[in-house]
Amino acid sequence: MKGMSLIVRTISRLIVAPILLFGIYIVLHGHLTPGGGFPGGVIIAAGIALLILSYGLKATTKKINYDTTKVLDSFGAFLFVAIASGAIALGYFFAPYLGLIAMGTPAQWFSAGGIPYYNIAIGIKVAGALAAMFIGLVIVIMMGEEE
Amino acid sequence: MEIILVQWILLVFMVVGAIIAVEIKDLLSAVIAAGVVGFSLTVVFLLLQAPDVAIVQAGVEVITLIMLVAALAKTTREGIPTPWMSTGILLGLVFLLLFLGTFATGLTDLPPFGNPAINVTNYYFQHGVQDTGAINLVAAIILDYRGYDTLGEAIVLFTSALGVAAVLRGFKSKKGGKEE
Repeated sequence: MKGMSLIVRTISRLIVAPILLFGIYIVLHGHLTPGGGFPGGVIIAAGIALLILSYGLKATTKKINYDTTKVLDSFGAFLFVAIASGAIALGYFFAPYLGLIAMGTPAQWFSAGGIPYYNIAIGIKVAGALAAMFIGLVIVIMMGEEE
Repeated sequence: MEIILVQWILLVFMVVGAIIAVEIKDLLSAVIAAGVVGFSLTVVFLLLQAPDVAIVQAGVEVITLIMLVAALAKTTREGIPTPWMSTGILLGLVFLLLFLGTFATGLTDLPPFGNPAINVTNYYFQHGVQDTGAINLVAAIILDYRGYDTLGEAIVLFTSALGVAAVLRGFKSKKGGKEE
Protein backbone atom coordinates (compact mmCIF):
# COMPACT_ATOMS: atom_id res chain seq x y z
CA MET A 1 0.00 0.00 0.00
CA LYS A 2 1.53 3.24 -1.16
CA GLY A 3 -0.62 5.76 0.67
CA MET A 4 -2.92 8.39 -0.75
CA SER A 5 -2.85 11.99 -1.99
CA LEU A 6 -1.72 15.09 -0.11
CA ILE A 7 -5.30 16.08 0.75
CA VAL A 8 -6.05 12.73 2.38
CA ARG A 9 -2.72 12.81 4.22
CA THR A 10 -3.28 16.29 5.63
CA ILE A 11 -6.82 15.57 6.79
CA SER A 12 -5.88 12.25 8.35
CA ARG A 13 -2.89 13.85 10.10
CA LEU A 14 -5.32 16.33 11.66
CA ILE A 15 -7.95 13.83 12.77
CA VAL A 16 -5.95 10.73 13.77
CA ALA A 17 -4.96 12.22 17.14
CA PRO A 18 -8.58 13.12 18.10
CA ILE A 19 -9.70 9.63 16.99
CA LEU A 20 -7.11 7.94 19.21
CA LEU A 21 -7.94 10.31 22.08
CA PHE A 22 -11.65 9.56 21.69
CA GLY A 23 -10.90 5.82 21.74
CA ILE A 24 -8.89 6.19 24.96
CA TYR A 25 -11.71 8.29 26.47
CA ILE A 26 -14.25 5.58 25.61
CA VAL A 27 -12.01 2.94 27.22
CA LEU A 28 -11.35 4.92 30.39
CA HIS A 29 -14.99 5.95 30.95
CA GLY A 30 -16.48 2.53 30.23
CA HIS A 31 -17.97 2.26 33.71
CA LEU A 32 -19.52 5.74 33.60
CA THR A 33 -20.80 6.32 30.05
CA PRO A 34 -21.77 4.03 27.16
CA GLY A 35 -18.76 2.30 25.72
CA GLY A 36 -16.03 0.31 27.37
CA GLY A 37 -12.99 -1.68 26.42
CA PHE A 38 -14.25 -3.29 23.24
CA PRO A 39 -15.69 -0.20 21.43
CA GLY A 40 -12.74 1.95 22.52
CA GLY A 41 -10.27 -0.62 21.25
CA VAL A 42 -12.12 -0.83 17.95
CA ILE A 43 -11.95 2.98 17.58
CA ILE A 44 -8.20 3.02 18.33
CA ALA A 45 -7.64 0.23 15.78
CA ALA A 46 -9.69 2.21 13.23
CA GLY A 47 -7.41 5.22 13.81
CA ILE A 48 -4.36 3.04 13.12
CA ALA A 49 -6.07 1.65 10.00
CA LEU A 50 -6.65 5.24 8.81
CA LEU A 51 -2.93 5.99 9.28
CA ILE A 52 -1.96 2.91 7.26
CA LEU A 53 -4.41 3.67 4.45
CA SER A 54 -3.40 7.32 4.09
CA TYR A 55 0.37 7.15 4.72
CA GLY A 56 1.17 3.60 3.62
CA LEU A 57 2.53 0.77 5.70
CA LYS A 58 6.20 1.80 5.49
CA ALA A 59 5.63 5.20 7.11
CA THR A 60 3.29 3.75 9.73
CA THR A 61 5.77 1.02 10.67
CA LYS A 62 8.01 3.67 12.23
CA LYS A 63 5.25 4.43 14.74
CA ILE A 64 3.67 1.03 15.26
CA ASN A 65 4.55 -2.28 13.63
CA TYR A 66 3.20 -5.80 13.47
CA ASP A 67 5.26 -7.13 16.36
CA THR A 68 4.20 -4.26 18.65
CA THR A 69 0.53 -4.94 17.99
CA LYS A 70 1.02 -8.65 18.66
CA VAL A 71 2.71 -7.83 21.97
CA LEU A 72 -0.14 -5.42 22.86
CA ASP A 73 -2.70 -8.14 22.07
CA SER A 74 -1.00 -10.73 24.25
CA PHE A 75 -0.29 -8.20 27.02
CA GLY A 76 -3.95 -7.11 27.18
CA ALA A 77 -5.16 -10.70 27.34
CA PHE A 78 -2.61 -11.47 30.06
CA LEU A 79 -3.60 -8.38 32.05
CA PHE A 80 -7.29 -9.30 31.92
CA VAL A 81 -6.70 -12.87 33.09
CA ALA A 82 -4.23 -11.67 35.72
CA ILE A 83 -6.70 -9.21 37.28
CA ALA A 84 -9.48 -11.81 37.16
CA SER A 85 -7.24 -14.47 38.72
CA GLY A 86 -6.23 -12.02 41.42
CA ALA A 87 -9.89 -11.37 42.22
CA ILE A 88 -10.64 -15.09 42.39
CA ALA A 89 -7.58 -15.70 44.58
CA LEU A 90 -8.87 -13.07 47.01
CA GLY A 91 -12.26 -14.78 47.09
CA TYR A 92 -14.31 -12.64 44.70
CA PHE A 93 -15.83 -13.60 41.38
CA PHE A 94 -14.46 -11.04 38.89
CA ALA A 95 -15.37 -8.82 41.71
CA PRO A 96 -14.56 -5.25 42.56
CA TYR A 97 -11.69 -6.17 44.91
CA LEU A 98 -13.47 -5.01 48.03
CA GLY A 99 -10.90 -3.76 50.46
CA LEU A 100 -7.98 -3.83 48.03
CA ILE A 101 -9.33 -1.25 45.58
CA ALA A 102 -11.90 0.98 47.23
CA MET A 103 -15.40 0.89 45.75
CA GLY A 104 -15.45 4.67 45.64
CA THR A 105 -18.47 6.89 45.11
CA PRO A 106 -20.60 5.93 42.11
CA ALA A 107 -20.22 8.36 39.17
CA GLN A 108 -16.66 9.28 40.18
CA TRP A 109 -13.87 7.92 37.99
CA PHE A 110 -12.34 6.04 40.93
CA SER A 111 -15.37 3.85 41.47
CA ALA A 112 -16.66 0.44 40.52
CA GLY A 113 -13.62 -1.36 41.95
CA GLY A 114 -11.93 -3.44 39.28
CA ILE A 115 -14.17 -2.63 36.32
CA PRO A 116 -12.10 0.32 34.95
CA TYR A 117 -8.98 -1.85 35.06
CA TYR A 118 -10.73 -4.68 33.20
CA ASN A 119 -11.82 -2.10 30.63
CA ILE A 120 -8.24 -0.87 30.19
CA ALA A 121 -6.99 -4.44 29.73
CA ILE A 122 -9.69 -5.24 27.17
CA GLY A 123 -9.06 -1.94 25.37
CA ILE A 124 -5.35 -2.73 24.96
CA LYS A 125 -6.21 -6.27 23.87
CA VAL A 126 -8.85 -5.34 21.28
CA ALA A 127 -6.84 -2.46 19.80
CA GLY A 128 -3.79 -4.70 19.50
CA ALA A 129 -5.69 -7.64 18.02
CA LEU A 130 -7.60 -5.63 15.39
CA ALA A 131 -4.53 -3.58 14.43
CA ALA A 132 -2.47 -6.77 14.16
CA MET A 133 -5.10 -8.34 11.89
CA PHE A 134 -5.26 -5.23 9.70
CA ILE A 135 -1.47 -4.87 9.42
CA GLY A 136 -1.22 -8.60 8.69
CA LEU A 137 -3.72 -8.36 5.84
CA VAL A 138 -1.91 -5.29 4.43
CA ILE A 139 1.40 -7.20 4.51
CA VAL A 140 -0.23 -10.07 2.59
CA ILE A 141 -1.59 -7.60 0.01
CA MET A 142 1.85 -5.97 -0.37
CA MET A 143 3.45 -9.36 -0.98
CA GLY A 144 0.96 -9.98 -3.76
CA GLU A 145 2.02 -6.63 -5.30
CA GLU A 146 5.71 -7.53 -5.24
CA GLU A 147 5.32 -10.90 -6.97
CA MET B 1 -45.02 6.31 17.79
CA GLU B 2 -42.67 8.22 15.50
CA ILE B 3 -39.68 6.20 16.71
CA ILE B 4 -41.49 2.95 15.87
CA LEU B 5 -42.23 4.30 12.38
CA VAL B 6 -38.55 5.19 11.88
CA GLN B 7 -37.60 1.70 13.01
CA TRP B 8 -39.98 0.11 10.50
CA ILE B 9 -38.52 2.26 7.71
CA LEU B 10 -35.00 1.26 8.74
CA LEU B 11 -35.97 -2.42 8.92
CA VAL B 12 -37.39 -2.32 5.37
CA PHE B 13 -34.24 -0.48 4.28
CA MET B 14 -32.08 -3.22 5.83
CA VAL B 15 -34.02 -6.05 4.17
CA VAL B 16 -33.80 -4.34 0.79
CA GLY B 17 -30.07 -3.70 1.31
CA ALA B 18 -29.47 -7.33 2.25
CA ILE B 19 -31.30 -8.60 -0.85
CA ILE B 20 -29.32 -6.19 -3.06
CA ALA B 21 -26.04 -7.26 -1.41
CA VAL B 22 -26.75 -10.89 -2.27
CA GLU B 23 -28.18 -10.44 -5.73
CA ILE B 24 -26.15 -7.67 -7.39
CA LYS B 25 -23.41 -8.60 -9.88
CA ASP B 26 -20.95 -5.79 -9.03
CA LEU B 27 -19.15 -6.75 -5.80
CA LEU B 28 -18.33 -3.16 -4.77
CA SER B 29 -22.03 -2.31 -4.85
CA ALA B 30 -22.67 -5.46 -2.81
CA VAL B 31 -20.19 -4.28 -0.16
CA ILE B 32 -21.85 -0.85 -0.03
CA ALA B 33 -25.28 -2.47 0.30
CA ALA B 34 -23.92 -4.59 3.19
CA GLY B 35 -22.69 -1.34 4.74
CA VAL B 36 -26.22 0.09 4.45
CA VAL B 37 -27.49 -2.88 6.45
CA GLY B 38 -24.81 -2.42 9.12
CA PHE B 39 -25.23 1.32 9.61
CA SER B 40 -29.04 1.06 9.62
CA LEU B 41 -28.61 -1.54 12.35
CA THR B 42 -26.48 1.00 14.26
CA VAL B 43 -29.32 3.54 14.16
CA VAL B 44 -31.84 0.85 15.20
CA PHE B 45 -29.67 -0.02 18.23
CA LEU B 46 -29.50 3.67 19.10
CA LEU B 47 -33.28 4.05 18.84
CA LEU B 48 -33.74 0.96 21.02
CA GLN B 49 -31.63 2.83 23.63
CA ALA B 50 -28.61 0.54 23.45
CA PRO B 51 -25.79 3.06 22.85
CA ASP B 52 -23.08 0.59 23.97
CA VAL B 53 -24.01 -1.88 21.25
CA ALA B 54 -24.45 0.94 18.72
CA ILE B 55 -20.87 2.17 19.30
CA VAL B 56 -19.49 -1.36 18.84
CA GLN B 57 -21.59 -1.91 15.71
CA ALA B 58 -20.46 1.36 14.13
CA GLY B 59 -16.79 0.73 14.83
CA VAL B 60 -16.77 -2.88 13.67
CA GLU B 61 -18.80 -1.97 10.57
CA VAL B 62 -16.23 0.66 9.54
CA ILE B 63 -13.29 -1.76 9.91
CA THR B 64 -15.16 -4.55 8.09
CA LEU B 65 -16.02 -2.27 5.18
CA ILE B 66 -12.41 -1.05 4.91
CA MET B 67 -11.17 -4.65 4.81
CA LEU B 68 -13.77 -5.71 2.22
CA VAL B 69 -13.03 -2.72 -0.04
CA ALA B 70 -9.27 -3.34 0.30
CA ALA B 71 -9.82 -6.98 -0.66
CA LEU B 72 -11.90 -5.88 -3.69
CA ALA B 73 -9.21 -3.42 -4.78
CA LYS B 74 -6.73 -6.29 -5.04
CA THR B 75 -9.05 -8.83 -6.67
CA THR B 76 -11.95 -8.40 -9.07
CA ARG B 77 -15.23 -6.53 -8.87
CA GLU B 78 -17.12 -9.17 -10.82
CA GLY B 79 -18.99 -11.72 -8.75
CA ILE B 80 -19.39 -15.36 -9.68
CA PRO B 81 -22.81 -15.80 -11.36
CA THR B 82 -25.01 -18.15 -9.36
CA PRO B 83 -28.05 -20.02 -10.68
CA TRP B 84 -31.26 -18.73 -9.14
CA MET B 85 -32.36 -22.21 -8.09
CA SER B 86 -30.32 -25.26 -7.13
CA THR B 87 -30.55 -28.25 -4.80
CA GLY B 88 -28.77 -26.32 -2.05
CA ILE B 89 -31.11 -23.34 -2.26
CA LEU B 90 -34.12 -25.68 -2.32
CA LEU B 91 -32.88 -27.51 0.78
CA GLY B 92 -32.28 -24.16 2.44
CA LEU B 93 -35.83 -23.06 1.70
CA VAL B 94 -37.25 -26.32 3.10
CA PHE B 95 -35.23 -25.87 6.30
CA LEU B 96 -36.30 -22.22 6.52
CA LEU B 97 -39.98 -23.24 6.31
CA LEU B 98 -39.48 -25.96 8.94
CA PHE B 99 -37.67 -23.50 11.19
CA LEU B 100 -40.34 -20.82 10.79
CA GLY B 101 -43.05 -23.42 11.50
CA THR B 102 -41.48 -24.48 14.80
CA PHE B 103 -40.52 -20.90 15.62
CA ALA B 104 -44.09 -19.65 15.16
CA THR B 105 -45.42 -22.15 17.71
CA GLY B 106 -42.71 -21.22 20.19
CA LEU B 107 -43.13 -17.49 19.60
CA THR B 108 -46.62 -17.42 21.10
CA ASP B 109 -45.24 -18.39 24.51
CA LEU B 110 -42.72 -15.52 24.62
CA PRO B 111 -43.56 -12.32 26.49
CA PRO B 112 -44.43 -9.32 24.27
CA PHE B 113 -41.74 -6.99 22.89
CA GLY B 114 -40.26 -4.83 25.63
CA ASN B 115 -41.04 -7.21 28.49
CA PRO B 116 -37.90 -9.16 29.25
CA ALA B 117 -38.14 -12.94 29.39
CA ILE B 118 -35.33 -13.09 31.96
CA ASN B 119 -36.32 -11.63 35.31
CA VAL B 120 -32.72 -11.32 36.54
CA THR B 121 -32.59 -7.90 34.82
CA ASN B 122 -34.75 -6.52 37.61
CA TYR B 123 -32.09 -7.59 40.10
CA TYR B 124 -29.42 -5.87 38.01
CA PHE B 125 -31.46 -2.65 37.89
CA GLN B 126 -32.10 -2.60 41.62
CA HIS B 127 -28.79 -3.86 43.01
CA GLY B 128 -26.28 -3.19 40.22
CA VAL B 129 -24.96 0.11 41.55
CA GLN B 130 -24.60 -1.11 45.17
CA ASP B 131 -22.98 -4.38 44.09
CA THR B 132 -20.44 -3.05 41.62
CA GLY B 133 -20.35 0.74 41.96
CA ALA B 134 -20.53 1.22 38.18
CA ILE B 135 -23.26 3.58 37.01
CA ASN B 136 -23.05 2.13 33.48
CA LEU B 137 -25.00 -1.07 34.08
CA VAL B 138 -23.78 -2.62 30.82
CA ALA B 139 -20.20 -2.40 32.08
CA ALA B 140 -21.31 -3.83 35.43
CA ILE B 141 -22.94 -6.81 33.72
CA ILE B 142 -20.28 -7.66 31.15
CA LEU B 143 -17.32 -7.21 33.50
CA ASP B 144 -18.72 -8.33 36.82
CA TYR B 145 -21.86 -10.48 36.74
CA ARG B 146 -20.97 -12.03 33.39
CA GLY B 147 -17.19 -11.75 33.57
CA TYR B 148 -16.61 -15.22 32.18
CA ASP B 149 -18.55 -14.36 29.00
CA THR B 150 -16.25 -11.39 28.41
CA LEU B 151 -13.24 -13.63 29.01
CA GLY B 152 -14.54 -16.03 26.35
CA GLU B 153 -15.15 -13.14 23.96
CA ALA B 154 -11.59 -11.88 24.49
CA ILE B 155 -10.28 -15.39 23.82
CA VAL B 156 -12.26 -15.55 20.54
CA LEU B 157 -10.63 -12.32 19.35
CA PHE B 158 -7.22 -13.52 20.56
CA THR B 159 -7.66 -16.75 18.58
CA SER B 160 -8.59 -14.90 15.39
CA ALA B 161 -5.52 -12.64 15.71
CA LEU B 162 -3.51 -15.83 16.27
CA GLY B 163 -5.00 -17.29 13.08
CA VAL B 164 -3.93 -14.24 11.06
CA ALA B 165 -0.45 -14.48 12.62
CA ALA B 166 -0.25 -18.19 11.72
CA VAL B 167 -1.23 -17.51 8.09
CA LEU B 168 1.24 -14.62 7.89
CA ARG B 169 4.04 -16.77 9.31
CA GLY B 170 3.71 -19.09 6.31
CA PHE B 171 4.01 -16.06 3.98
CA LYS B 172 7.08 -14.80 5.80
CA SER B 173 8.97 -18.10 5.83
CA LYS B 174 8.22 -18.58 2.14
CA LYS B 175 9.82 -15.23 1.39
CA GLY B 176 12.68 -16.03 3.73
CA GLY B 177 13.00 -12.55 5.18
CA LYS B 178 11.14 -10.28 7.54
CA GLU B 179 8.79 -7.78 5.98
CA GLU B 180 9.09 -4.25 7.23
